This record gives sequence, C-alpha cells and structure tokens, in this order.
Amino acid sequence: MHIPDGFLSTEVAVACAVPAAAAVSVGLSRANVDLDERRVPLLGVTAAFVFAAQMLNFPVAGGTSGHFLGAALAAILLGPWLACLVLAVVLLVQAFVFADGGITALGANVLNMGVIGALLVGGLMVGARALIGRGRTALLAVSAAGAWLAVMAGATTTSVELALSGTVPLGTVLPAMLGVHALIGIGEAVITVAAVSAVVATRPDLVGGVAPPRAEPVPVPAG
Amino acid sequence: MRSRLFLVVALALAIGLATAVSPFASSSPDGLERVAGDKAFVGQGELAPVQEDAPVPHYAFPGVANPRVATGLAGFVGTVLVFAAGYGIAVVANRRPVQRATP
Repeated sequence: MHIPDGFLSTEVAVACAVPAAAAVSVGLSRANVDLDERRVPLLGVTAAFVFAAQMLNFPVAGGTSGHFLGAALAAILLGPWLACLVLAVVLLVQAFVFADGGITALGANVLNMGVIGALLVGGLMVGARALIGRGRTALLAVSAAGAWLAVMAGATTTSVELALSGTVPLGTVLPAMLGVHALIGIGEAVITVAAVSAVVATRPDLVGGVAPPRAEPVPVPAG
Repeated sequence: MRSRLFLVVALALAIGLATAVSPFASSSPDGLERVAGDKAFVGQGELAPVQEDAPVPHYAFPGVANPRVATGLAGFVGTVLVFAAGYGIAVVANRRPVQRATP
C-alpha cells in the first residue's frame, strides 16, 4: 500500500505529513513512559519483524498480492503511539534505502499504514478492556478484528488522499481498494493473531495489551 | 535472561524470514499497485531524485545476478538496519532518569 511520489498533490502530502509527524513525535516523547527497560529492545525487534513480514507478499486474487502492514501488531505489543514510531522507522528505511514508497508521500504512508491503524487498534483495546476484560480471548479478538479494520481504514484513507489529489475519482478508487484489501486484511489478521498468540504464550509480560506496563510489580532481578 | 532469549529468537525469526522466505514471496502487484494499474494512474508514480540512487533499489541487492539471492540479501540488510534504527531510537528516547530503589 506504499504510495509513490507523483500520486498525491503537494497540498494533500503536506496535510498528511503534519498529523503523521505529530503522532510520531508523541511516540518519541512517550517512549520513556511506555517503555520500561525490558521493553526497549522490543521496539527494535518489533520494527525488524514488521519490516521482514512486509516483504512476504502473499497472493490474494487474480494476479494480485498483499502484504502485512503491522500497525495492529505493533499497537498491541507497544501501545498505539510507539506503534506509530515503529511504522515510521520501517517506512523511512523502505523509502530511502529501498525506494519503496515516496519521499514526499512518506507522511501519507506513515498515516495510512501506521497512525490510522495504530490509533484504531489502541481505541479497540481500551474498549475491549472495558467490555470483555483483559484476558487472552479479548486480546486475540482485538488482534483479529483490529488487524482487518486497520487495513480497511488504511485503504480508505489512501483512497481519499488519491481522490483529493485529483488522481482518481473516489467512486472509482474506493470500492476497488476496499475490495482487494478486504482479502489482504484477512492475511493481516492471521499474521497478527499468530504473532500475538506466540508472544502471549511465551512472554505475556511483554504485551502492552495484557496489562499496563507497570500494573504489576516487576520481578526484581533486573540484570 | 528469558527476556533476552525471547527477543533474540524473535529477531532471528525476522532475519530468517526476510533472508530465506522473501525470495519466494509473491511478485504480483500489491493491492494499491493493482488498483493503480486497473484505474490507469500507475503511470503517475515517480521516483524522488534521492531515490534514483537508493542503496538497494526495489529490494534487489546491487551487483548480485541471482534475483533470489539479491532479494534475500536485501531482506537481511534491511531487517538488521531496521532493528538497529528502532533499537537506537528507543534507547535515545528512553533516557529517563533511572528509577532505582535505594537498597
């Protein structure tokens, strides 16, 4: 879903870059609140996993592929703001090192593939905690639904940005984008649930969604 | 200790996937590329000047003839680079005063 340069007007690119940069700077400023010492390396590992999984395009329908985005997974592991930071790191490296996704479109890509999904999943986690508690089932339900919805929301904002840029009419691009991403979103949900299950099974304390980082006393031996 | 083991395994998995599995991933256009082709705006896409000499353009490591090896190398380099960048940013952003209980 990486938008290359040339698809967006300057106005739309700037209008996307501003909220994207704001969300990333919230992530940066919250890092010392949301990350305890144990979870500092988790940010790097999550970013690495998201990058790697984004390379694994899977076939969906009729000569089309989809790939993992990772905003939902990162939001569940690290919270929504640090997830924005993770996706920004991934997309920045992809744009500058691999020429994947535009430079002026970087803000839009961070918004579509990072911020929108991360905040959506963050909101779902808050809602799920209130309604069905903090258990494993609630977490996996949010993982599945959140992953799919994050992809659909990203496809929607991408379509709106393309339409506002005058690149393609909304009525043309939106149904096409939602149609194909409804399938890609299933792949996103499968990968997200698998990854969250693996983390919950082995290291539940690393999952931000299971309990707030400092709700339980940290076992003492820190070294 | 367990924490470190988990993270090392997870990082190794990421590097392994990017290096050994990505060469066999689908090369079909992704959702947006497909829609851009179908709706005839894919031609508007362009590379930014700084991307003309991107170090590893389009996930193909330069100078490697075998396309699968070129992709796998690109995946390896990219995953290590993203890990280093993410870890580095987290360390710098996490410079809070150390909370240490007085013994």
